[in-house]
Amino acid sequence: MKQDQSKKSDNIQQAKTSVSPVREDSKVAYKKRIGVYVCHCGGNISDYVDVEKVRQVVENEEGVFLAKTTMFACADSNQKEMVEDIVTQKLDGVVVASCSPKLHLLTFRAVTERAGLNKYNYVHANIREQVSWAHSDNKQGATEKAIRIVRSAIAKVRRSQALEPIKVEAVRTVAVIGAGVAGMKAAVKLAKSGVLVYLIEREFFVGGRVAQWDNLCISDETGKELITRLYDDILSHKNITLFTGAEVVEKSGSIGNFSLKVKITPRYIRMQCNKGELQKAIDVCPVEVPDKFNFNITKRKAIYHNYPGEYPQLPAIDIENCTRCGECEKVCSSIDFNQKPEYLDIRAGSILLATGFDPYEPKKGEFGYGEIDNVVTLPQFKRIVHYCNGDKLQFKGRNIHNIAYIYCVGSRQVNGENKYCSRYCCTSNIYTAIDAKKRFKDINNFHFNRGIRTYGKQEILYDESSRLGDIYLQSFEDNPPEVKVVDGKTVVSINDILTQDKKLEVEADLVVLVTGMVPRKDNSIGNLLKVPRGRDKFFNEIHMKLRPVETVIDGITIAGAGQGPKNIVESMTSALAAATKSFTIVASGELALEPTIAKVSKDDCEWCGKCDDACPYDAFTPKEIDGKTVAVVNKSVCKGCGMCLPVCPSNAIQLTGLSDDEVESMIDALMEN
Amino acid sequence: MNSGKLNNSVKILVFSTEKISDPAIDMAGLLKLHYPPTVYTITVPCSSAVKPRWIMHALEQGFDGVFIAADGTDCPYGETCTEKTGKLVQETQDKMKELGMDPARLKMAAICSICSEPFVKHVKSFVETLNGMS
Repeated sequence: MKQDQSKKSDNIQQAKTSVSPVREDSKVAYKKRIGVYVCHCGGNISDYVDVEKVRQVVENEEGVFLAKTTMFACADSNQKEMVEDIVTQKLDGVVVASCSPKLHLLTFRAVTERAGLNKYNYVHANIREQVSWAHSDNKQGATEKAIRIVRSAIAKVRRSQALEPIKVEAVRTVAVIGAGVAGMKAAVKLAKSGVLVYLIEREFFVGGRVAQWDNLCISDETGKELITRLYDDILSHKNITLFTGAEVVEKSGSIGNFSLKVKITPRYIRMQCNKGELQKAIDVCPVEVPDKFNFNITKRKAIYHNYPGEYPQLPAIDIENCTRCGECEKVCSSIDFNQKPEYLDIRAGSILLATGFDPYEPKKGEFGYGEIDNVVTLPQFKRIVHYCNGDKLQFKGRNIHNIAYIYCVGSRQVNGENKYCSRYCCTSNIYTAIDAKKRFKDINNFHFNRGIRTYGKQEILYDESSRLGDIYLQSFEDNPPEVKVVDGKTVVSINDILTQDKKLEVEADLVVLVTGMVPRKDNSIGNLLKVPRGRDKFFNEIHMKLRPVETVIDGITIAGAGQGPKNIVESMTSALAAATKSFTIVASGELALEPTIAKVSKDDCEWCGKCDDACPYDAFTPKEIDGKTVAVVNKSVCKGCGMCLPVCPSNAIQLTGLSDDEVESMIDALMEN
Repeated sequence: MNSGKLNNSVKILVFSTEKISDPAIDMAGLLKLHYPPTVYTITVPCSSAVKPRWIMHALEQGFDGVFIAADGTDCPYGETCTEKTGKLVQETQDKMKELGMDPARLKMAAICSICSEPFVKHVKSFVETLNGMS
């Protein structure tokens, strides 16, 4: 009854056509005509799993009418072929063995729907995340596991039924967490689309990192101007409610109906205030602390705003550093130390996470950082350039002429934690170096790099920098430049591979460590929302190409540099994508959920009330039917959690799609030899 | 050889939850955190939905152990999940004892959506425990 095994071939085309017509007669007795597709995933699966062997084994399973391997099951061409197969072969059950269902369950359900088949007659088998990748160290074991998992999926699809999804309300509100450029852009986009937005910013001021930058490549618009435009957009939309000094501290619910508790930290300044008095309050405040906004190269008061005209235009009191000396209260009637934290409960159908990044903080002694006083980071250098007036660039009272830039500090680490390229730093640094050269006298730029990555239009900057006479020196990771103090001078040396490893030295007045992006040190929001992080510790999308702004937590999208290093353009683009995705979740005000609900057998049920006790949604009520009291399920209330299943003493409750028959047949299939 | 042993490796059935522990197990694969390939997963909506008869069926069919990757406090269906899952595990273990089975063949631990490493640690230690049984 099997096809000619001597004609076995790894050739995919042959595999695709290796349906076994000789089994036709034996299929008649089966209720289902099942099609099985085993995906190579371009090698992601087939490098570790013998997919042809899987296909050969499962094609002999009961009910399997067609079994194919495919290079990319998700490819348009394969989807079309599946539709054709389902129609022409009259398939009424389909299994695709491929990646995680988080990625493509919906894709293949849609395929079955396009072929006129109820989508719940599709079952997904995860043989990538839970097989080929998890067991890439054991090909034989991975292949055997894949066979069993596909058999288990076949066992389930044999018992599948045509079902209709359950419709539930989706709150037409999106909570956007983080009011940097990505969060602000997403909020504006969502508001323009007609949904309500809660924009929640932990800091007292909006703008995130971009507010800290001056001129931006390539438009020369300043970060502050960009933030002002976005802030004006936000204020002009009645759909947006902005919270500053606000933090999400509790979350419950799920897609369509998240409940969030937001803590609003007081500014200790009344909203209706006298601005003249506030400036006096800042002036008299005796407390000075390192100013994080300027990366600690300047100091600020305990009552502060980061820069004049910052949004919202109301200073805040840094209560952790405030000594409560009372000086500010003497000159300003708007100070109010009686303000208390507020807690707000909000509901949202989707959450958009745009919490940004931290700049890499070099370790003490890393290229002299923290030990040599003229070694700074790129963000610090940008603030130094910003604060210098006149035609001289100065730092700590000394004139700066020779500047040595050391690239890839904290990025592209072969042995360190940060393997990735931070993408923005080459461009940002060269842009700032050109700016310094144009604004100040006698600036000589020396770029100690590991290969410049000013991709796309940004290449113009590299060209301009070269034409302005900047010197580029290059080395590999294993032989980085050295920073030393020699006779009171800071000297940077390198074995320059561009001049055949010639040792070159530069006496630098300032050393700039071109630092990249790292994930936020404080991941409290990530932990609260349980959004997974990838190997780089940034928030992880489901798939970088196919589902680039969705997370495995249904209803939570991600945008901006919290997802990984991005420049402003890329952050904005991802924000628009995430906003669109969140919009699609809440737009109609209704969500189609899995039709997984409890069903009670009135023959087996002897009302005892245990299901009612277990149900968190009060979905069960007793009802007299045919002379006895039985449990009845309110379908509009049941969420399909299944908490009622194990408590029923007469096993009268089954869950749709997860009946005893289905689960036990899957277990049997996993154990089948 | 125990009927549950396949190729001399212990077989473990994991009841994993769609929204919470499934992502963690997927992520373990993504991160190439290897664990024995004789660990299989069946997805359920909530760990407190696992019927003792399913566990018993798995053990009777030859699985050496059953691991419930519980939602813990992250359960989207409510705070009582952990307590209810614990209760069904306890009841099943009692039944296992009555039948002369080692209750240690059923294990439960909370696996959150980012708990890939804890998941791998749990299954590896469970494999060791099961290997230590006669």
